This record gives sequence, structure tokens and C-alpha cells, in this order.
Amino acid sequence: MHDDEYILKVENIRKSYGQTVVLDSVSFNVRKGDTKVFIGPSGTGKSTLLRCINQLTVPDSGRVWLNGEEVTHSGSRINYFRQKMGMVFQNFYLFDHLTAVRNVEIALIKVKGMPAKEARKKALLELRQVGMEDWADHYPAELSGGQAQRVSIARALAMDPDVMLFDEPTSALDPELTREVLEVIKNLARDGTTMLVVTHEMGFATSVANEILFMEGGRIAEQGSPQELLSDPRFSRTKNFIGQFREFDREM
Amino acid sequence: MDTMLFMADVLVPALLQGLVITLELIVAAAPFGFALGVVLAVGRTYGGRLTSYLCRAFVAFIKGCPLLLLLFMLYFGLPSAGISFSPFVAAMIGFICCNAAYNSEYIRGALLSVKDGQMIAAQALGMTRLQSIWLIVLPQALRRAIPGITNEFIYLIKYSSLAYMLTIIELSGAGKIVATKYFTYNETFMMVGAIYLVLVTITTVSADMIEKKVAVPGTTGR
Repeated sequence: MHDDEYILKVENIRKSYGQTVVLDSVSFNVRKGDTKVFIGPSGTGKSTLLRCINQLTVPDSGRVWLNGEEVTHSGSRINYFRQKMGMVFQNFYLFDHLTAVRNVEIALIKVKGMPAKEARKKALLELRQVGMEDWADHYPAELSGGQAQRVSIARALAMDPDVMLFDEPTSALDPELTREVLEVIKNLARDGTTMLVVTHEMGFATSVANEILFMEGGRIAEQGSPQELLSDPRFSRTKNFIGQFREFDREM
Repeated sequence: MDTMLFMADVLVPALLQGLVITLELIVAAAPFGFALGVVLAVGRTYGGRLTSYLCRAFVAFIKGCPLLLLLFMLYFGLPSAGISFSPFVAAMIGFICCNAAYNSEYIRGALLSVKDGQMIAAQALGMTRLQSIWLIVLPQALRRAIPGITNEFIYLIKYSSLAYMLTIIELSGAGKIVATKYFTYNETFMMVGAIYLVLVTITTVSADMIEKKVAVPGTTGR
């Protein structure tokens, strides 16, 4: 069943809400160190797909495997798998009543059972990674969107996940803040972090991805390396989709 | 009888005795009323269908029942079903139920006001549902529920006087006894009223201080 070269396997995920099919049998595999970027029009199930991977949304059918262990149908062990899959959200979702450093350390202490001192040390280290160490004692309401998102990335990284799931991490940010967050994600990719990224940032997608997966109508319509998708005539839809953004950029 | 003498020898000692009973009732009932209120609110908001329904039914029953009637049922009614409480315990149970039911509604509103995403983010980190509620949602909700809970505590101070109907000589009851015996209705009841006013003022000021102390920088309005 399991193929050792893949860290994450996603098989035939289906999800419908009433009559609306959101995900129509989506499958793909992820190797350690891969950066897979999901692009495509809004409402094509990209975010739902990420949530089905860590079971925040339970798929109607299909299976997910992490390091050879089944994540779907794992009962209460799902809480273990979720630690191993760090998630970053469009709207950050920091815990509003906790300082930046408490945001990062709370799951270390309460979920991993790490001693408070050790957790604090690790939390500060993670904050330094994203350039937020100086803001450790600030509350979310005192941070800019880009800073908040960097803290939320540190929070996810602190759990030492095998895979990072980025769900439109810059969609709520202005261009300048977008750049500071993408910089952090780029560095992670460079350091070999395995990640799945849903984004509308085409420049980022083409420069960082090992593979771009173009989703349309709940399916992976086309997939390939950025070079393939942009040059190979077989991948016309992706090229047109990315092209729209480029033309728009040129007009600006 | 000289007014000063009456005050010193009769009224103040009697009212102080009553005040002690009143404070006992409040101090004993409030923590349980708060805790049960949290349980009811969480049960109704996050519980399964049955739990949610039971919490809702309990709150609806208490809200629909006059407190005095509830106290009468607890103290005079239940013995015929083989369950007897002392007056103090009967009053306590009544106050706790009433306090909890109303508190639960303030807390429930506050729970619903905490952004949904934080619960999702907590679970994405591997927290169980209960951990997410206890560590993330509830601490924020309780801060927002402070004004409502304070209000309910103030009501508790005042409806503790209903314990008099179960033969407990608390502050109001003590005043009533003195007033009737010495025909000093105005002096006595004004004094009693003044004591309640002090209790309520202390509560309000303390609640303000607590609210400021636990406020999250940058979020809570001044």
C-alpha cells in the first residue's frame, strides 16, 4: 500500500456539500522536501483540499497517508497527525489572548507535554526564524498582518511538523506585507521544509514550486514543474491562468 | 429609647449578624453559580445534541420559574418526596441554579463571539476539542462575560434576601425583625438599604478592577 519514497500520499479525496462537488477524486504524492503549489480559480476546492489532509474537514471518501500511517479513519490519533502537519491560515487565527511567544509555546506545553522552560526557549527560537523575536511579548492585536502571519508560521513550525500546509497565507495582506511573509516561506522551502501552498501569488508559485498543481472544478486539471507548465503547449490552461496575472501586471 | 443607644445596642448588632448570614449565602453560592454557568454554556454551545438539549432545558426551566417559587419547592415541597434540606442548603441550591442559569447565557454569548478560526487553529495544532475550548476559547469568552457576570452577582446580593422566606435571618430579615419590634421602620430599612448599596458598590468597583487587570492589550475597549 505504502510507498516509502513519499512522505504524504493523498488518494481519491472526494468532498461534496449537498449537490455541490467541491473535490472530485483528488490524488497526489509528496516527497520529503517538496514544495507543491496549488493554484487555480477561486472556489475550486484548494483550501478544502488542505483541510481534508489534516481532517479539519472530513472528506466523504478517499485516504491520506503520512509516513506510511493512515491519517483518515485514525480516530483520536488524528491529534497526533495534526501536530505533524503544521497549518497556516489566510486569516492567521492567532490566539488573541496570548502574547506572540505564548501563541507559539502553548501547544508545545499542552499538546507535546514539553516543560515550560524548554518550550519558551524553543518558541523564541522559532520566532527568531521568522524575524519576530523582538515582538515575543506583544499581543496579536498589536501586530501588523504580516507580523501576525509570521508568528502563526512560527507557531506551526514549533511542533516540528513533517509537512507544512499554507492556506492562502498572503491573501489578507497588502503587497508589502505579502513580500515579508513570502520571504519567510521561501526560506523554509530553501531549507528543505516539505510544504503544500495554496496561493494566488503566481510569481511566488513559479519561483518556489517543484511542482504546480492547477486545480479547476474540484480536480487537478494540470500538474508539472513551473518550466513545463509555462513552456509545454499541452498545459494551455495553466499557462492562460498564469498569463492573465502577467498581462495584468504589465498593464499596471 | 434614645436613637444613638438604639443604633448601638440593637440595630447595628442585629444587622451585622444578618449581614454575616447574607455574606455566607453569597460567598457560598457565587462560585458554584459561576462554575455551573460555565458548564451549562459550554455544554449548550459545544456539547452533542443531548447535552446541548439538557443544558437548554435546565436554563429554560430556571428562567421560567420565579426564584421564590423555586425556593418554596426546594424547602417546603421536596420533603414530601422524601428529600429534606436545611433552610440554608435549600436557599443555596436555589441561588446557585438561578445564578448559573443567567450566567450561562452571558457566557454563551461570549463564547459565540470568539472568532471560530481560533478553535480551528487550536485543533490544527493537535489540541483536542476540550483543550481548544478550555485553553483558547473560554479564557477569551470569560473576559467578555465579566460585565454580565458582575450584573448577575449584584442580583445575587439582592435576591439573597429571599432566604428570609425560608426562615433564614439574613440582612433584610434581621432588619424586618428589629423594625417591627421597635417600630423603627424608616431608620432600620434605610440602614439596611445603605448596607446593600455598599455591597453593590464594592462589587462594581472590584469587577472594574478585575476587568482592567485581565484585559488583553490592544483588544478590549477602554
